[in-house]
Amino acid sequence: MSSDWPLWEVFVRAKGGLAHRHVGSVHAPDQELALRHARDTYTRRLEGVSLWVVKSTDIVASDPEEAGPLFEPAEDKIYRHPTFYDIPDEVKHI
Amino acid sequence: MPAADELAADPLEDAYYDYLLRLGDDALILGQRLSEWCGHAPSVEVDLSLANMALDLIGQATHILNNANNGDGDELAFKRDVLDFRNCLLVEQPNGDFARTIVRQLLYSTWQHLLFQQLAESRDPFLSAIAAKAVKEVAYHRELASEWTVRLGDGTDESAARMRDALDWCWRFVPELFEVDETLEEMIARQTVPDPRSFEREYRAAIGDVLAEAKLEMPADQRPILGGRRGHHSEHLGHLLAAMQYLPRTYPDAVW
Repeated sequence: MSSDWPLWEVFVRAKGGLAHRHVGSVHAPDQELALRHARDTYTRRLEGVSLWVVKSTDIVASDPEEAGPLFEPAEDKIYRHPTFYDIPDEVKHI
Repeated sequence: MPAADELAADPLEDAYYDYLLRLGDDALILGQRLSEWCGHAPSVEVDLSLANMALDLIGQATHILNNANNGDGDELAFKRDVLDFRNCLLVEQPNGDFARTIVRQLLYSTWQHLLFQQLAESRDPFLSAIAAKAVKEVAYHRELASEWTVRLGDGTDESAARMRDALDWCWRFVPELFEVDETLEEMIARQTVPDPRSFEREYRAAIGDVLAEAKLEMPADQRPILGGRRGHHSEHLGHLLAAMQYLPRTYPDAVW
């Protein structure tokens, strides 16, 4: 039965103000039951205040083969971190 | 029989005690039935859905039976024999297939939801507190059962046929939910609990709406089967209790 059901990715907002975070996936025949299954599987212990589900096939993912060109060029660009810069003492509000 | 003024003075006198047993036993027995699905449901997600409902119901039963017995609900759950249980016959019906479990849940949870919405306004502080807490759980059970009813009824030929069989099986136990006997008359007269007949029309309309969406016909009324509230149970309850009570009866000192 569940093997015929599509897979849905589940995102939980732990509390107001925080972003939804990916927590796992469920099988379900449609979007309403996907929400129910997500609720019953991932929020049994007060983990969240809001749920998103999205069909796994609707997620566009980067290709692991391309990880080199995609991510490695950022490795030596430490000046992109705000902590790279010394803030002059005269600057008060930053 | 105690005198009438004595009845009114003691909050745990017969009618009140009997009413607590009805509510508590309904929740306990349905919770036990649902927990029988654990590890056997059609998918791991459905397994969790059913187990969550079971735990909600057993939690309700714990509160209610503890209140009925000076904090020792376990004694009522594990030491009573079948004739002393006061649950309705619907909840003790075997799980059958998934369709029958869902129909049983729809018929019971819809009734429990309508009852608890009103019970939450009771002037009895215990009943209003437990109903106010449980009504959200029950609302979820009702929604889940309704959604599955629609999917199975409006699903495949086989799922629709199984739902029709399930409705045929369960429908004759519905009139008991609206039966008013002496205990209930007494409680209604004291204005601590609603008269279930006051929401029977709403109940039938609500069930009818779900069945219509599920493309299922409302079953024809059958000869009602009554008696659970007086301890006249089907053979199924004895088997359920044998499994549920085995451990504490065999090892009375066991703790867990």
